[in-house]
Amino acid sequence: MALLEIKDLTLRFGGLCAVNALSLEIEDGSIRSLIGPNGAGKTCVFNCLTGFYKPSDGEMLFQGQSLVNKKPHYITFLGMARTFQNLRLFKEMTVLENVMSGMHCRTNAAFFTTVLRTKSQKAEEKHIREVSEECLDFVGILDKKNHMARNLPYGDQRRVEWARALATQPKLLLLDEPAAGLNKDEKSKLIELMHRIRDDRKITIFLIEHDMGLVMKVSEKIFVIDYGVKIAEGTAKEVRDNPKVVEAYLGKEEEEESA
Amino acid sequence: MALHEVLLQQLFNGLLIGSFYGLVAIGYSMVYGIIKLLNFAHGDIYMIGAFSGLIFLTIAAPVIGAGWPSLILGLLISMTLVGLLGVVIQRVAYRPMLKAPRLSILITALAVSMILYNTVMIISAGRYRVFPAEVGTESFFIGTLRLTETRIILIVAAFSLMFILHMFITRTMYGKAMRAIALDRDTCQLMGIDVYKIIAITFFVGSALAAAAGIMAGVYYGTIHFFMGFLIGLKAFTAAVIGGIGIIPGAMLGGLLLGLLEAFGTQIPFIGTVWKDVFSFAFLILFLIFKPNGLLGRSESERM
Amino acid sequence: MAENKKKPKLTTPLESIIESLFRFFDNKVYRYTALFAASGFLLILPSLSSRFTQEIMTNLFFYVVVCLGLNIIIGYAGLLHLGYAAFFAVGAYTTGIMSSRFGIDFWLTLPFSVVAAVLAGLAIGFPTLRLRGDYLAIVTLGFGEITRLTIRNLDITGGAVGLIGIQRPVFFGITLNQISHFYYMFFILAILAIFVSYRLHDSRMGRAWEYIREDEDAAAAMGINVTTSRLYAFIIGSSFGAVAGSFFAAKMTAISPDSFMFIHSVMFLMAVVLGGMGKIPGVVLGCIIVVLIPEISRDIGQYRLLIFAFMLLIIMLYRPQGIWPDRPTISAKE
Repeated sequence: MALLEIKDLTLRFGGLCAVNALSLEIEDGSIRSLIGPNGAGKTCVFNCLTGFYKPSDGEMLFQGQSLVNKKPHYITFLGMARTFQNLRLFKEMTVLENVMSGMHCRTNAAFFTTVLRTKSQKAEEKHIREVSEECLDFVGILDKKNHMARNLPYGDQRRVEWARALATQPKLLLLDEPAAGLNKDEKSKLIELMHRIRDDRKITIFLIEHDMGLVMKVSEKIFVIDYGVKIAEGTAKEVRDNPKVVEAYLGKEEEEESA
Repeated sequence: MALHEVLLQQLFNGLLIGSFYGLVAIGYSMVYGIIKLLNFAHGDIYMIGAFSGLIFLTIAAPVIGAGWPSLILGLLISMTLVGLLGVVIQRVAYRPMLKAPRLSILITALAVSMILYNTVMIISAGRYRVFPAEVGTESFFIGTLRLTETRIILIVAAFSLMFILHMFITRTMYGKAMRAIALDRDTCQLMGIDVYKIIAITFFVGSALAAAAGIMAGVYYGTIHFFMGFLIGLKAFTAAVIGGIGIIPGAMLGGLLLGLLEAFGTQIPFIGTVWKDVFSFAFLILFLIFKPNGLLGRSESERM
Repeated sequence: MAENKKKPKLTTPLESIIESLFRFFDNKVYRYTALFAASGFLLILPSLSSRFTQEIMTNLFFYVVVCLGLNIIIGYAGLLHLGYAAFFAVGAYTTGIMSSRFGIDFWLTLPFSVVAAVLAGLAIGFPTLRLRGDYLAIVTLGFGEITRLTIRNLDITGGAVGLIGIQRPVFFGITLNQISHFYYMFFILAILAIFVSYRLHDSRMGRAWEYIREDEDAAAAMGINVTTSRLYAFIIGSSFGAVAGSFFAAKMTAISPDSFMFIHSVMFLMAVVLGGMGKIPGVVLGCIIVVLIPEISRDIGQYRLLIFAFMLLIIMLYRPQGIWPDRPTISAKE
């Protein structure tokens, strides 16, 4: 059974159809990409999956469980974490505190244990800290844990977002344009990081990306959508050779390939 | 009186009170529409309007009397002055806060409200003041409907102001710019619209209309008080929400509906005048919970 | 813009003084010595001072309890609550009615007072916390007025006159009826309130509030239940108010609707914001300002609120984080 199964997902805003009868499957342990021209509805798919938008129609199954009408925090609890296209860090908090937010849904200290500072509460706080530091170490910025998030360079802020998502201990990680704004060096590190996330942590990855080179390198299978409709799926080569894809990106008349 | 006669009378009363609510609600709605600020001080602007009318009449009465001509003059002068006060408040207190967190600007608005009403409280020694307009109080009947000349003039004046505003919003460049800014402030700035000027005009218009409502309320009730803005501020906000906050015709409609609701509400034996305000507040809360976008508002996108 | 203002410049003498103060109190020994000295002074104060001073200090402690409760709602969770006096009234009237009408012992009324506040908090919070923040402000304001008007109109609450004959609490055989008794009682309550606030702030729950305040969507995406977290803040904050209200009723032995007006909610709000919302020393400082300034100069009288309102405006415009200083170094260290 696939880890994530989307069946006929449709999202309408007024008369506009942002996602139209989209179906796809993500197998456990894979890296999958969703590509498409600007405004094709890619982020809308993510927002539906993570509960930020309510789909107009269709079904989304995560480990066999429906995600329709579930709230974002519950979906995260089920094991699906995301990053945002424009960084959404808690800017006025430290890097470590940012990552600790991910552990919230895996812990449960409430009012009385907190006020009495019981043994279990102390142990839990320690656990939160350790896991968060481990995640920071994994993405390679443990040395910056006490910095204010807003003071980090852009590339490092991205890493904080990944660490934060990893701290929720997901089974599936949704990355919304993870390479946007990164330089060449950072991009190659990102590819390596994604492979490590999948291989060492056994986390499935589903990403949206504009950088074709990166997508082709990292993902075993690619889905292409345009105007909310899936127009192709397959390996990097299959997709690249698909005339519909070329048409969506370059327009109908032009046949020549661009790198 | 037979039931339908009572209802007819209450219909008229409701429309009159409702038009005051509407005039104040417009200011709330315009400001909310353009800078997303819940202007707590707006009710106090209405109160300041009433007091500036009182001051004008007190000065003018020995010279030109306190009848309709001097009332109209007083109305225009007060509207201008209070409108300018609104602009000054906007410039000093709100403009520096436009990019601050929402909580901060709300507290700022609350502070402005406190400053306004405490100032008037000190000046007026916290007492009720008689509004010195000398206008007709004799009543006459149309059928069984009891009316006074004053009430008819007030209701006509209120509706005329709403009509003028409607023309201003729909027919002028300023109105167009206001609506554009409400949609996207940053883009407007890029398009060369003087955003701050339009915001200032919005405050001027909103405050002037509230001042007009304040003076009319002074004429209608006969006495004014430094705390009169608190309750009407809340009710006008309710009216703005009923119509869909940010939508100007909605504010007028909401004001009239709320006025009618209250007028008829006092006729329900269980509610009566004692529970009247509880009834209004409860209505406000229920409305906010169940229909936060108002009657004319479009529901927000399907975001959960 | 805001970003630039917060950039630290360690140049002014004031900032270096603040920094050295913070450094000084980083040392645990110094910090606890100072705390013990201050508590010791406050403990022996009643035997040194007049009734009048004790009365003012009791009022200050009372404010600290109430405002720390409100601080959980406004400062921690970022929800503008304009009807806090209502929750305070719920506590005071629960104790008042049970004590004066049914002769129930004060201490037994306390749990009921908390339960009543929790129920009221749930009733108002549950449907409204998913609304936009500024709507919440109006709803709480309306709720505050409804509560006051209802108290005024009902028989069981004694209408506009209020309740009289609320029994004094008995503590280990001693009837608490001296001002010094209440001084100590509110002192203990204030210490408890500070303690609970500290523990909450530095915890999983406190962090969740901070995440939500910073970015609601990101917090939700990290698995934080925004509505529930806010509801917690609302309930805990309301309970603080209710407990303070119960003790207030016991101290006064008579309560009337006039003690729970909108203006009281505003005074609490001012105390929270002036010192620095979200910061415990800031809130305590705010309470000192709001309680002591009118006492220092009796002439201020009617100008009191006007002065506070101007202070509030100036604080919001020039120092939204309140009077209590921020540590200047946190971001300068890198």
